[in-house]
Amino acid sequence: MQELYFDYSATTPCDRAVLEEMNRFFNVEFGNPSSLHQKGMLAEVAIKTATSAIAKTLRVNEKEIIFTSGGTESDNLALFGVARRNRRRGNHLITTKIEHPAILSSMKALEEEGFEVTYLDVDENGVVLLDQLRYSLKPETILVSIMHVNNEIGSIQPIEDAAKMIHQFHPDICFHVDAIQSYGKLELYPKKMGIDLLSVSGHKIYGPKGIGFLYVNERVKIQPIIFGGGQQRQLRSGTENVPGIVGIGAAATIASAHLQTNYQSMVERQTQLLEGLKSFDGVQVHGSMESRSPYILSVSFEGIRSEVLLHALEEKGVYVSAGSACASNKPQISPVLRAIKATKEQLTTTIRFSMGTQTTADCVDQVIEILKDIVPMLRKFTRK
Amino acid sequence: MYQAFLIKYGEIGIKGKNRYLFEDALVEQIRFALESVDGSFKVSKEQGRIYVEALSDYDYDQTVQSLTRVFGIVGVCPLIQMEDQGYEKLLEDVIAHLKSEYSEEFTFKVDARRARKNYPMTSMDINVAIGEGVLNAFPKAKVDVHHPEIRVHIEIRNKINLYSVIIPGPGGMPVGTNGKAMLLLSGGIDSPVAGYMIAKRGVTLEATYFHAPPYTSERAKQKVIDLAKIVARYSGPIRLNVVNFTEIQLYIYEQCPHEELTIIMRRYMMKIAEAFANEGKSLGLITGESIGQVASQTMQSLAATNEVCTMPVYRPLIGFDKTDIIKIAEQIETYETSILPFEDCCTIFVAKHPVTKPNMNIIKRSERKLEEKIDEMMKRAIDTVEVVQVKA
Repeated sequence: MQELYFDYSATTPCDRAVLEEMNRFFNVEFGNPSSLHQKGMLAEVAIKTATSAIAKTLRVNEKEIIFTSGGTESDNLALFGVARRNRRRGNHLITTKIEHPAILSSMKALEEEGFEVTYLDVDENGVVLLDQLRYSLKPETILVSIMHVNNEIGSIQPIEDAAKMIHQFHPDICFHVDAIQSYGKLELYPKKMGIDLLSVSGHKIYGPKGIGFLYVNERVKIQPIIFGGGQQRQLRSGTENVPGIVGIGAAATIASAHLQTNYQSMVERQTQLLEGLKSFDGVQVHGSMESRSPYILSVSFEGIRSEVLLHALEEKGVYVSAGSACASNKPQISPVLRAIKATKEQLTTTIRFSMGTQTTADCVDQVIEILKDIVPMLRKFTRK
Repeated sequence: MYQAFLIKYGEIGIKGKNRYLFEDALVEQIRFALESVDGSFKVSKEQGRIYVEALSDYDYDQTVQSLTRVFGIVGVCPLIQMEDQGYEKLLEDVIAHLKSEYSEEFTFKVDARRARKNYPMTSMDINVAIGEGVLNAFPKAKVDVHHPEIRVHIEIRNKINLYSVIIPGPGGMPVGTNGKAMLLLSGGIDSPVAGYMIAKRGVTLEATYFHAPPYTSERAKQKVIDLAKIVARYSGPIRLNVVNFTEIQLYIYEQCPHEELTIIMRRYMMKIAEAFANEGKSLGLITGESIGQVASQTMQSLAATNEVCTMPVYRPLIGFDKTDIIKIAEQIETYETSILPFEDCCTIFVAKHPVTKPNMNIIKRSERKLEEKIDEMMKRAIDTVEVVQVKA
């Protein structure tokens, strides 16, 4: 049976070229970058090369990149690092109701440390309400965190407008963007867009798992959350994950080089998928095309529990997510769907298709055919 | 460091002429349990005693844990074994043992047994002499013949056995001495406990799980395999039949009144499990049912599901409260796995108000609507079974 993977937002396979670059850093050039000898130096050079490649994709300074264990740690470092370090300036933080748990759980923990957090609403397309942001800013505000592309429904947030609003209110407020679903897919130039901190994960862009980075603008005051040998300019102790760093560097370069062509083909695939879904009754797509990433399509099939549809698709070799992958092993309702005021029916019947560079037009056609096969059958057996 | 263990067994001791069968089964189960422990061991049966001797370095904690899971064992005694080198040496060894294991202040009793009657002292003589010797060596120790903190056991056999600790075992009977039974295993709390309890009576387990893709997930199936693995720590390997039940479930759902769905479904589950039981020469079915726990476990419902079986159905939890079942589940370590939330997909089939007092005639009339295809579907479910050999 052919596998039709439609879950690229959960994770991607590691690119063969990326793997090849990483390989020798496991057992040939295995040195510790902190070692004084030549082996150490070679590892350090590899890190510098990767850092410079990444910096180039964002048009930022190499010194502004800190490697982490992945998206979650990048988000944690940004929030805890900035909030704790700037506490004397104020204790107010702002975020949205549709952030990834890496942000929302960190914010909850910061509330316990005494910070006050404002959670912004979104409209029915999943786009943050900028007016609310304007009214929420206050002299005590030190940090705003808004994701670029929502991981569940793909809505794109008005990052540049938000940045302007924030920095007009006060230039010292730090603006963090969780770009885990957009880096390498949408254009991202932090300096031009007014982003002070930016989180990225390796395994969402055909790199390995266990590696990510945080861009931190030079002028941002931040403190570490992990302590030890003082690697990465004291900001992230621990021996660098050299193979991982080489991997994310290679993956970033490839993604950046093909960003435009990939984007175009994703727009075509998404249009094709939407076209195909038109032949079904009771199908609701979340978010509008204008403000949505072409990589993600969140859709509800009336009368079919999302997990049931997921497993039925799985039997035909199609892999999708129910809601968000991170939330679907707990039987709980997605806060994102709740925030866009999805109906009770939609809350339990939404699945996510997410596409990647290997998703061909033929893959989309096949998925539509498979859906035509199973959706009527599953609808026959709904709860009486 | 102890080099041997004395294994105490309870009920087996009273099995008359069949006793050797039970003892041999216990020896085999002990050998099996020790397979997964680091170290090599010799398990032997002499003079109505079972000994486990370490032949190499071994992991003491792992060994004790494995032994205390073997049904049939009531106690595991870490043992010092020595050659008879005279009474003085014996006293010396007893004192050295107490010094290494206990603090200075304790109450004790010496419990000597002289199985080798040519030993120069009687059991009573040994008790008195050793007791006195211990009192001299530990001025703060006291003798307490009724409730001693330490019982110093001395057994005079070809060799001399010395032990003072008895680690309790699970009791029961060695698996393999009482035939085989088929457990209906779900992912819930009750059925693994039911399997454990029957295995404890010496019964070898097989199991059947009903899988309903896409309504139940691969993870739900994996959870059942994980549960079987935990039960297998005690029962030994389990042959698990994974039956695809979706087709039958949907057919019942289409043809029969919705509030009878669960009862009718369970009747077919019992039939299929019984077919596997017959095939594998099991002598009974095991379920985790307990009277009144849910709609399908009222007396009437139990009667309705029982009616399809010709084999005895063992329900060891029948009189247990849920909290008591949970206690056992926690103790045998299945609870954490049982409460993982992977099953809710099946809920679309559950009626909001299922029958609690099914009438057999009505159920049978409903089942007549299944006549056209059900036999063929049952055959298909049985033929397409996936067998998983589960080992601890």
